[in-house]
Amino acid sequence: MKQGTYSISANVEIASGIFRMRLEGDTSAFLRGGQFVDIAVPGFFLRRPLAVREWDDKGFDVVYKVVGEGTAILSGLKEGERLEVLTGLGNGFDARACRSSALVVCGGLGASPAFSLVKELLRTGRKVTVILGFNRATEVVLFKEYQALGADVHLVTVDGSAGLKGFVTDAVNLLSPEYDYFYTCGPKVMMKALCGQLEGPGEVSLEERMGCGCGICYGCTCHTVSGPKRVCADGPVFKKEEVIW
Amino acid sequence: MVTSVDICGVHFKNPVVPASGTFGFGLEMAPVYDLNLLGGISLKGTTRDPRFGNECPRIAECPDGMINSVGLQNPGIDALLRDKLPALRSLYGGVVIANVSGFSVEEYSECCARAASAPEVDMLEVNVSCPNVHGGGLAFGTSAKAAAEVTSAARKACGGKPVFVKLSPNVTDIVEIAKACEEAGADGLTLINTVLGMRIDIRSRKPVVANRYGGFSGRAVFPIALRMVNQVSRACNIPIMGCGGVSRAEDVIEMMMAGASLVQVGAENLRNPMVCKEIVESLPLVMERLGINDINEIIGIV
Ligand SMILES: Cc1cc2nc3c(=O)[nH]c(=O)nc-3n(C[C@H](O)[C@H](O)[C@H](O)COP(=O)(O)OP(=O)(O)OC[C@H]3O[C@@H](n4cnc5c(N)ncnc54)[C@H](O)[C@@H]3O)c2cc1C
Ligand SMILES: Cc1cc2nc3c(=O)[nH]c(=O)nc-3n(C[C@H](O)[C@H](O)[C@H](O)COP(=O)(O)O)c2cc1C
Ligand code: FES
Repeated sequence: MKQGTYSISANVEIASGIFRMRLEGDTSAFLRGGQFVDIAVPGFFLRRPLAVREWDDKGFDVVYKVVGEGTAILSGLKEGERLEVLTGLGNGFDARACRSSALVVCGGLGASPAFSLVKELLRTGRKVTVILGFNRATEVVLFKEYQALGADVHLVTVDGSAGLKGFVTDAVNLLSPEYDYFYTCGPKVMMKALCGQLEGPGEVSLEERMGCGCGICYGCTCHTVSGPKRVCADGPVFKKEEVIW
Repeated sequence: MVTSVDICGVHFKNPVVPASGTFGFGLEMAPVYDLNLLGGISLKGTTRDPRFGNECPRIAECPDGMINSVGLQNPGIDALLRDKLPALRSLYGGVVIANVSGFSVEEYSECCARAASAPEVDMLEVNVSCPNVHGGGLAFGTSAKAAAEVTSAARKACGGKPVFVKLSPNVTDIVEIAKACEEAGADGLTLINTVLGMRIDIRSRKPVVANRYGGFSGRAVFPIALRMVNQVSRACNIPIMGCGGVSRAEDVIEMMMAGASLVQVGAENLRNPMVCKEIVESLPLVMERLGINDINEIIGIV
């Protein structure tokens, strides 16, 4: 974990109520896709945890949905404004766990943390099938970015307004993709259904309300087969068979 | 300039101590900054058996503070002695305060004896004030008689090591309970633990924390904590660790003027993991500005 001050270089609405914010500053604490940052939003006591979509030497970006007061304030911030951020939090996905072909299934903004994972999987020569699920066409994000990476990407919406109609689990049945390892990030109900459906090993990224975001308060603990684990520090990514749903 | 404080035969290089439950077992923070700059560390509350605590969500945001309903998640006293303490001692030379909780006088006594037997532990803090567990913690801290019973059992169990009793603000008369603990042999008192509180998610019409109520703390409780420290210090003759809402060096000074010999920093660690380091570093500058040469000279002057 590192603490630093970052300056906003972009903060744009990329879908209805969903923003992409780019922050310039030290990214030396970032190690893996699926890690997150904890942003101090002016006027609030607790930080806001957000997954990192992508990073480079100069900065990183997050994709966030306005759901409450904190994210509403974030969405109003302008280029050049500064934010204090804890970076390099959580374990992230293990790209090396995949031998040759991966299945990556995301629901909603779960598409954000999986992005750097998919980049890494492709960079290291794995074949990757990505299934991105959303409620409706107006909420679709990052589909084109995934295509640009060169992954085999499939879009599915619950109301059928874009791509296939149905849930990601329907898309998995329909496509029956080849994989030796799967990764998933999205709503808990979706990941639970998926873990029941998918054979073989995989990992899931969990979410919980957080106090510290860095492992000191035990505010975010979940049940696992190996006992209580902190989502922020022992996770947010857990092996499929570890999670007690 | 003197920032060190000696109480009950224990030397603190400065009065700054991260509060129990807001700094893990210290180890978690070791990669972030050198723990040796701290006066002491109060470890996460430990019970005889491992505990998961309450279900999540167990954190709720509040204006200038937060609610937690962690409910004493901990790996149990055996794991504390076997894993946490030796690991912490290998990289930290300051004061180690073991924070102990229980569900019966016997359990308090057993945990205290075990913790006190560990060579790594310098001091005990007996938590009779956790609002997040039923039938434990707070049940002992809201009655003078029960608090005194736990105190004398803990005092007997701890051999030569100092025993601080950690008091709850969720009582009508904290002075009465403080005095009962003093009479029962407490070497010192820590106050305050969290204030019982609640938040409701007005969209879902449900309490934010799964346990319905939780402990409120953070900057907003500072005036309450300060008042209670002042009341207790004027009524008792044992040292006090002041706790509640401290977020900067000025608050440390204010808490000491109210009567605290040492000052604990809790929820602020969660929003700013660097805060204890920042306080330790700015304390001498604030003292200089206020014309304080020896921090001991301001303890309880108000
Ligand atoms: C590891 C992790 C990664 C995340 N990544 C993303 C992401 O990439 N994009 C995105 O849009 N959202 C993400 N979230 C959810 C995001 O943190 C919340 O939507 C956000 O904190 C809401 O803040 P608010 O002030 O707008 O909402 P409010 O409801 O006003 O917030 C009140 C409190 O509840 C917390 N809270 C509310 N909803 C959540 C939630 N779903 N999870 C955790 N805490 C919550 C807030 O942090 C705050 O402390 C992530 C959460 C976690 C734990
Ligand atoms: C997340 C969290 C966990 C806590 N756990 C414990 C605990 O295990 N034992 C204890 O005695 N106090 C515990 N406390 C109480 C704090 O040590 C402290 O007394 C209280 O939070 C008031 O200080 P503050 O306003 O600086 O937070 C906890 C507080 C928080 C916020
Ligand atoms: S949020 Fe504090 S331990 Fe996870």
